[in-house]
Amino acid sequence: MRFTPHTPEDRAAMLAALGLGSVEELFAVIPEPLRAKSWDLPAGMSEPEVSQYLAKLAGLNAQNLISFLGGGFYDHHIPAAVDALISRGEFYTAYTPYQAEMSQGILQSIFEYQSAICRLTGLDAANASLYDGGTALYEAAMMAVRKTRRKKLIVCTSVSPIYRIMLETYTVNLHLELVEADVSDPAALEGLLDNDTAGLILQNPDFFGVLHDYTPHFAAVHGIKGLGILGCNPIALAVAKTPAEMGADIAVGEGQPLGLPLSFGGPYLGFMAVSQALLRTMPGRIVGRTHDAQGRTGYCLTLQTREQHIRREKATSNICSNEALCALAAVIFLGLMGKKGLVELAELNMTQAAYARTRLTDIPGVEAVDQGPWFNEFRVRLPIDARVAVSRMIDKGIAAGFPLGRYYPEQANNLLVAVTEKRSKEEIGYLAEGLEAVL
Amino acid sequence: MKTIYEISRPGRRAASLPCSRVDESFCQMSQLPPELRRAQPAELPEVAEVDLVRHYTLLSRMNFGVDVGTYPLGSCTMKYNPKFTEQAARLPGFAGLHPLLPQLRRGGLLAQGALRVIHELEDLLKQITGMDAFTMQPLAGAHGELTGIMLMAAYHNDKGNQKSLVLVPDSAHGTNPASAAIAGYEVVTVPSKGGVMDPVAFKEMLNDQVAGVMMTNPNTVGLFNPYIAEIAEAAHQADALMYYDGANLNAIMGMAKPADLGFDIVHLNLHKTFATPHGGGGPGAGPVGVVERLRDYLPISRVEMRPDGTLFLNYDHPKSIGYVAPFYGNFGVCLKAFAYILALGGEGLKEVSQDAVLAANYLRVKLGDKWQVAFDKTCMHEVVFSAEDKVADHGVSALDVAKALIDAGFHPPTIYFPLVVKEALMIEPTETESLENLDALVAAMGRIADMAASDPEALHAAPVSTPVGRLDEVNAARHPVLQEPEA
Repeated sequence: MRFTPHTPEDRAAMLAALGLGSVEELFAVIPEPLRAKSWDLPAGMSEPEVSQYLAKLAGLNAQNLISFLGGGFYDHHIPAAVDALISRGEFYTAYTPYQAEMSQGILQSIFEYQSAICRLTGLDAANASLYDGGTALYEAAMMAVRKTRRKKLIVCTSVSPIYRIMLETYTVNLHLELVEADVSDPAALEGLLDNDTAGLILQNPDFFGVLHDYTPHFAAVHGIKGLGILGCNPIALAVAKTPAEMGADIAVGEGQPLGLPLSFGGPYLGFMAVSQALLRTMPGRIVGRTHDAQGRTGYCLTLQTREQHIRREKATSNICSNEALCALAAVIFLGLMGKKGLVELAELNMTQAAYARTRLTDIPGVEAVDQGPWFNEFRVRLPIDARVAVSRMIDKGIAAGFPLGRYYPEQANNLLVAVTEKRSKEEIGYLAEGLEAVL
Repeated sequence: MKTIYEISRPGRRAASLPCSRVDESFCQMSQLPPELRRAQPAELPEVAEVDLVRHYTLLSRMNFGVDVGTYPLGSCTMKYNPKFTEQAARLPGFAGLHPLLPQLRRGGLLAQGALRVIHELEDLLKQITGMDAFTMQPLAGAHGELTGIMLMAAYHNDKGNQKSLVLVPDSAHGTNPASAAIAGYEVVTVPSKGGVMDPVAFKEMLNDQVAGVMMTNPNTVGLFNPYIAEIAEAAHQADALMYYDGANLNAIMGMAKPADLGFDIVHLNLHKTFATPHGGGGPGAGPVGVVERLRDYLPISRVEMRPDGTLFLNYDHPKSIGYVAPFYGNFGVCLKAFAYILALGGEGLKEVSQDAVLAANYLRVKLGDKWQVAFDKTCMHEVVFSAEDKVADHGVSALDVAKALIDAGFHPPTIYFPLVVKEALMIEPTETESLENLDALVAAMGRIADMAASDPEALHAAPVSTPVGRLDEVNAARHPVLQEPEA
């Protein structure tokens, strides 16, 4: 297939304008020995052939599993209006809004998105999106290092292990000290916080689904002039104590639950909000409201003096492409849910999970691991290796949850179970009955 | 236009949630104690679905994308994106797939289709670039740069090399020095001569402290560096690695491969080179390819094949740098690029490069009458003009020209960049604009050049056709208003 509009006559006319006989002459600047010796790519296919091939590949994936997999990524319902609106070509075929006058649509939507993230987190300013929750957490950690000029980061072991590995990857060459410890109890912070501590990183709900009040933790880190960083689930923020109320300086998280498909790991959305004092050290694009010469309200990218195209090697971060379309999906999702709807959605998730937890812990030999309170995910201890149980459940058409031994070897028997509004009472029943049968 | 918060009315709603059919007691069980609850609900909009749909539809009409018109934004490669690739990414078998599924015992067998997409795309990208292995993990081009520099560091650390510098030509994308600095390196800028990195200056600055060299070739002024073999050879003699910023790969597909040019690490902007939409600035995808000696350092997991032909995720690579993303990259974007490459095939991709280069050179010649060409020689996929003479003669800047083009119905070229050309106008027509559209752009630029002489005030006043005129960006930065105040 071709997507170029040129006819042979067009090409001939263009070459004639250049005084050239063939298009190859344009590539004369590439020295002959460096030219491609081979080009063994398959022949092109038609649209129906490609579509059929991809449908065939999609069909090789499990399609009808009843899923209780979470771990930071959730199977929420996506209202049809989200896709309908982000599919408008004016939005999705645009680039970074460098020319504000012809990009007011995406700029205003980003401003609305920033507002929504501020309102959810209670903090003062949000950026226009980062790649994902894990890179957002890393950017937050680096902000703390820059702002405090200190080298030590304390990370709670109940922060997503996936994000902790990412943090290690990114900081390995930066001469930082990463301290991983279970600091769920603030008493555990004693002896860890010192004058070299840049920040404390926590997550709410934590990786095991448990909700916390980290107010004492952040008070303690402020006591040594460090920064408090909180990873959040954006839907839980509808009901949970906000990062601002707990005293966090930076809130970050994975925006996937806000209207983005699971899509095998991406594209997702990293959100970030900060207190006023950190505004100018925040990475990424930011949209501000201003006016034109006639006094008309308009929006533009702002605070760009922090950014790579101006400060180059001194830039706050290197992010250029971000996840603007995903941020648009998120603000549309939040608008559709609305002030009351998002609270109801959060509560519905919690109720469904509470039911599932009761059903599972009613099974002889299955115990709750935590005391709660939980959001929409929880862990249970099984009498056998959770990987084996999950494997047997797959045969029944159910992805029963995530076996925690994958990241926490001492928790081989623990299973992390997520329940969203999409799981019916009947499906939760299948999960409980199935699990009882395989144990 | 009012914001979604301003059109909010208490009591309106669009949410449609299932009723919980579980017993009331579970509802109570899930009640949070007050110390864990937020004090007030978040002030999200209260709107009916119709209000919301009209609001964002109106906003979309205040936005310009490739589907609306010509978007010759240099170095950003805003080509037309075929529609069928969007459908591919929305197939339920892909869109609904949980990324942790393959980590369950035997779970890899439940995601063979997705793993096959990654595996086959890796093979195609290897052939396109000549590299020996790829990771799909990096989530954007600049994220690929950072990944590439981390791979560079892992290589040197593993060899026990003590190196602290990265060389970057002055014409580089701003993300290059930023990425190198963020990975912990000191950045040294190498000057250009005739628009390309000068091999003499380069060799003078090269020493055993240099970990690597970051280059774009063709570079951001649209020129292919003919000294590349010489530069790569010198770098390799100093055990420095050659990094290829693939942002401009669309200029040479099928004509040359980064590996043959001497590069060791390459990132590709799938969203530029392979026509996946940029979505208002993202998402993108920035897979990174490496030569054999760097393979072991690539992020985990790696999609690998068992003897029986099934695919699995291998996490057992002890020298790996770890995870740069939570899973397998921006899979949905990779899927679109995969569909695009399958549709075009080898010949189609080669034609893409040829047509992109042909179009840029056509504009170079056609616009050369009235506009100063920064480097008057054969260019690749983009061409840089300078409005410096228009400033001197008439007080008309590149910014004025850009704004006048908006009134003419075109997205302006890149003007903030490259830093090596004053008052730059960097035009990248891409291969998907027809000859008629190219001629229309030439005509519009011609009229603007004439107006610069006859009526410069009109150009200062542009644009007049848009919902807002030029915005007070100084005020926006001095007094930042970054969210809608709560009522």
